[in-house]
Amino acid sequence: MKDADAGTVHREFVKGNEAICHGALAAGCRHYFGYPITPQNDIPEYMSTHMAAHGGVFLQAESEVATINMLLGAAAAGKRVMTSSSGPGISLMQEGISYMAGSELPAVIVNISRSGPGLGGIAPSQGDYFQAVKGGGHGGCRIPVLAPHSVQEMYELTMHAFELADRYRTPVMILGDAIIGQMKEPYTPGLCEPPGPIDKPWATTGCAGRPRQHVKSLYLKDDDIERHNWKLHEKLQRIEKAEVRAESYHLEDARIVLVAFGTAARVCKTAIQWARKEGIAAGMIRPVTLFPFPKTLVHETAGKADLLLVVEMNTGQMVEDVMISTSHHDKVRFMGKPCAMPTPDDILAEIRLLAGKTS
Amino acid sequence: MAFDYNQYIRGGKLPHIWCPGCTYGIVFKSLIRSLDAIKQDKDDLAVVSGIGCASRLPGYLDANTLHTAHGRALTFATGVKMAAPGKRVIALSGDGDATAIGGNHFIHACRRNIDITVLVLNNYIYGMTGGQHSPTTPKGHNATTMPYGNIDPNFDIPKLAIGAGASFVARGTAYHVPALDKILIEAINHKGLSVVEIINACPTTHGRRNKFKNATDQLLWMKDTFMPLAAFDKLPAEKTEGKLPLGVLYKKENAPEYCETYAAMSAGVRQKLEGRA
Repeated sequence: MKDADAGTVHREFVKGNEAICHGALAAGCRHYFGYPITPQNDIPEYMSTHMAAHGGVFLQAESEVATINMLLGAAAAGKRVMTSSSGPGISLMQEGISYMAGSELPAVIVNISRSGPGLGGIAPSQGDYFQAVKGGGHGGCRIPVLAPHSVQEMYELTMHAFELADRYRTPVMILGDAIIGQMKEPYTPGLCEPPGPIDKPWATTGCAGRPRQHVKSLYLKDDDIERHNWKLHEKLQRIEKAEVRAESYHLEDARIVLVAFGTAARVCKTAIQWARKEGIAAGMIRPVTLFPFPKTLVHETAGKADLLLVVEMNTGQMVEDVMISTSHHDKVRFMGKPCAMPTPDDILAEIRLLAGKTS
Repeated sequence: MAFDYNQYIRGGKLPHIWCPGCTYGIVFKSLIRSLDAIKQDKDDLAVVSGIGCASRLPGYLDANTLHTAHGRALTFATGVKMAAPGKRVIALSGDGDATAIGGNHFIHACRRNIDITVLVLNNYIYGMTGGQHSPTTPKGHNATTMPYGNIDPNFDIPKLAIGAGASFVARGTAYHVPALDKILIEAINHKGLSVVEIINACPTTHGRRNKFKNATDQLLWMKDTFMPLAAFDKLPAEKTEGKLPLGVLYKKENAPEYCETYAAMSAGVRQKLEGRA
């Protein structure tokens, strides 16, 4: 965005967690519910300060179980709603997320993930990939998952998440991690448009002058639940067809193609730049949507490249989606660093090894 | 000879994680003295905690200890007690852990009156995550998620416990230390669910944001605010404003204890079945 007088680009220097709040407020979110958990506390703290000032709602619930159901209630009332948490809290929310997916309620759920399983630790990790992408809740629910890799994307993808949520009537998850949430870097607001207001004729806002409507996930009569399952499935298919996002990084001539998302992808970019200086044609597919997964891009790239190197901050989760996407299984390699960020040197060493270079 | 705390402290675990000025160390030592006073065998003692600064305490204690999920200390403790009814079980929790996310488990453990001693270390704040308001943060106080002053009404933890059916309820503070030792001994010896709310200070995330100059200031506030139940009861109503009672606030002897009730039911069922055979 250009400042009219100075001709300079306006930038904000904030933490990733704060950029999410900026994106949410820009997207018209005025209802936030949360519960303390590291490393996402900046989000509820920001919201507690700014929601009141915007005439919006901030409420710290007694638990994440309460939070997600408060979110459900406000979403059913037709509001743009958001919550945020981290792995253990997101686990507690799974019941509610399934109810929201079943009731087709739009909401944005942010997971600034930490390491697990169980209490794990507060170190950054991508161990929540399966939980987020494969539908952590019961009954076969799945929801779109967006994976920002910069503060700019924390801002933009949050706005996009609200748009997807409203357009498809579904909860949408933003899967970040401790690094992307806690680090500060400049971002430019206003590069993309926030979603405008959307009509929600299904919302339970009182039925004066119109027939009564239901927001529910319970279907007991005849084969209603089967029809409902197929309807949700068809919606997921539409999302898979239309909403895939991925960044192609130096992919044109790449022989060794890294596949990474979020923080891991940031580090991969540096490693790829270094590898290219050494004459290794490395590139990367960076899935921005983890569900829907960029299957076609992965398969086509696998056909052309020598090798795919999947880099994750876990012991191997997205690599399964890469395997599902392509039949070139023999070309897929994996490098994992659970509960810590790999260094560019770690990744470069692996790229050299795969390229047959020893130093 | 000076009291030997090391007999109950796990080797290699110190220094602890608590901030300077935190009063949890006072409670830790009081608990150790109380266990020593009743000659508690460490092998027969399970101490269970949830998540938060208070819940780190069992990690330093040389006993059978479980550091569990946020809010769930009492459910784990119930599992331990039902599996080993002969053992001593102490559950240890903070104000957020016990009364927010664990509030449901708290009232239901009280309702069952299972023989567990519950220590709720109330420092009025979520300390570990940086000072968010809890169900006990006083009205008007600043917290990182109540930047304009807390508007949430509070729980009175002893009243909550009494209402839910606990058979022993007491309150102590980190200032009134000899009294706390006595309360802990009585609570641990009590058969049935005993709750002790222990008032603590978190200078880092609560005190310094709420006009307490330092940790001593918070301890002096405890001194001025809390008084023995007998003295509190003698005050005319208009003088109780801003004061809270200390000591054993409620005690019901011989209330049915859950493990015993269960064992009796089980014995009855088996007797009936044997009679049929």
